[in-house]
Amino acid sequence: MAIMMANREAFGRTLVELGKRNQNVVVFDADVCTSTRTCLFRDAFPERFFQMGVAEQNMISAAAGMSTVSGLIPWVSTFAVFASKRALDQVSISVAYPRRNVKINGSYGGIPTGKAGATHQAVQDIAIMRAMPNMTVIVPIDGVEVERAVYAATEYLGPVYLRTTRHETPVVLNPETYRFQWGKAVMLREGKDVTLIGTGVKSVLALDAARILEKKGIDARVLHIHTIKPIDREAIIKAAEETCGIVTMENHSVIGGLGGAVSEVLTDERPVILKRIGIPDTFGESGDDDQIFRKIGLSVDNVVKTVKILLD
Amino acid sequence: MAEIIQIDELVDLAKRIRRKLLVTVGRAECGHLGGSLSAVEVLTALYFHFLRIDPSKPEWEDRDRFVLSKGHNTPLYYTVLAFRGYFPVDWLDTYDCMDSRLQGHPDMTKTPGVDMTTGSLGQGISAALGMAMAGKLLHKNFRVFVMIGDGEFQEGQVWEAIMYAGAHRLNNLICVMDHNKLQLASIIEEGLPIGPVAPKWEAFGWKVIEIDGHDMEMVIDGLKRAIAYGKGPVAVVAHTLKGKGVSFMEQVVKWHSTPPSREEMLKALQELDAPEEELAEWRS
Repeated sequence: MAIMMANREAFGRTLVELGKRNQNVVVFDADVCTSTRTCLFRDAFPERFFQMGVAEQNMISAAAGMSTVSGLIPWVSTFAVFASKRALDQVSISVAYPRRNVKINGSYGGIPTGKAGATHQAVQDIAIMRAMPNMTVIVPIDGVEVERAVYAATEYLGPVYLRTTRHETPVVLNPETYRFQWGKAVMLREGKDVTLIGTGVKSVLALDAARILEKKGIDARVLHIHTIKPIDREAIIKAAEETCGIVTMENHSVIGGLGGAVSEVLTDERPVILKRIGIPDTFGESGDDDQIFRKIGLSVDNVVKTVKILLD
Repeated sequence: MAEIIQIDELVDLAKRIRRKLLVTVGRAECGHLGGSLSAVEVLTALYFHFLRIDPSKPEWEDRDRFVLSKGHNTPLYYTVLAFRGYFPVDWLDTYDCMDSRLQGHPDMTKTPGVDMTTGSLGQGISAALGMAMAGKLLHKNFRVFVMIGDGEFQEGQVWEAIMYAGAHRLNNLICVMDHNKLQLASIIEEGLPIGPVAPKWEAFGWKVIEIDGHDMEMVIDGLKRAIAYGKGPVAVVAHTLKGKGVSFMEQVVKWHSTPPSREEMLKALQELDAPEEELAEWRS
């Protein structure tokens, strides 16, 4: 049984370690730190933690302003819905356009929000951030990768959108051996019949589906794309050349996220059949996370079914 | 040009800045004149009298900061920066042209001396707030000045920013409000009336100093008192006239961003006592 950990928890803990090593790191919150877990940083470094109140727009622009002073590196954290929509113009004009060295944690990505429903479920944040010039987008698979991504994002000079999730998910990467490479897809499983590409926690779904497919005699390659922008074009083209089709899966709308990004690369370089699994073009709803994932087809059964349709 | 102490010199400089920003807009055939002309005295006083800056080192860490939150008034901003020595004055002739370092709204990645990219109203005051917070965190003595418009006062983000600054008593933050009573499409009274502004700032924990924004002596005195206050953030409410200095532009809504014709340029420059050599260009 794999160790379970929520990506938000890994994020909160990593920030504390980062804070010890790097005095320039400061953290901004808009009254959700106990949920996004930046409360851990608040408790460890109160003087470098800024509670901005329920005011996301001011928070983003203030962080951009602070980033202009003496190399300070703001990590700004709120729910992904607010980072990507409520404060969208601030992210665009105060952060991305002038390439400020501001890191944004979009917490509560996708469906899992503790049954909060559509208002709190970020279904299009990846699409929004990906379309923004100068922005980079990282969606980690597990707690190990969250930690590495936080360090990589902090080292990178420029805007980063890091998407974390609320619910507990299995830790699949080996902390002893895993190396995070900016912009490089991770080959989680070799395979020659079909390629399953996941991002974030749904790369685990791709792994689970590959195991079932193996029993059915289908050899599936599994690629995990953590850096949605800049995306690893080579790995996608290679998958298109070496396997018979691609299925993407993500805890995000089927429009404009991982599926959209992969589709753009394929259309440009090497058209093959692509099936996109994700949140259909609807707002979310309250309910048990797994039940909703099953309902919308983010399930092993549906991935297996989709692969069979694709291969037929 | 270096720092200026004498008020009469500042008054004279303000007049030259008015003419140059008009010419910049006249040549580019675009640009926001009204709000540029209303803020001339304050920006002249800030850049030539108050700001601790070194134009040869625009990135100097301990410099005072200035953020033009009403970012559309670049004709004024760029003229002041050029006169102060951040870049050659002839750059102004590239204003708003393709590939220019002088964009329609301030771009800190392109223009030396611009401390923050602005243009989407409400964001600059938050950025200035963040700079002031950084100053406190790092125990630095620089001061942060920001200018907002009165139309901009309608943006919700402004209230988020001033609530934070007031609650945390940031005494290194001074906001000048260019209160010219007009917005893009109408006078403010007909757009969305903002009512009396002083009580609003005060309710959010700011000290308010009201001045005639075109009386250089009052501008200097008001900013001096704002800097000396020390107990929290200060709003300097500068009562001004949009289009100030050109009779046919003053308090006329259309001059928010309409470029003048050659005839109008000539008339405007004459009203501002332009010498003959500055007029020749506009005679048809």
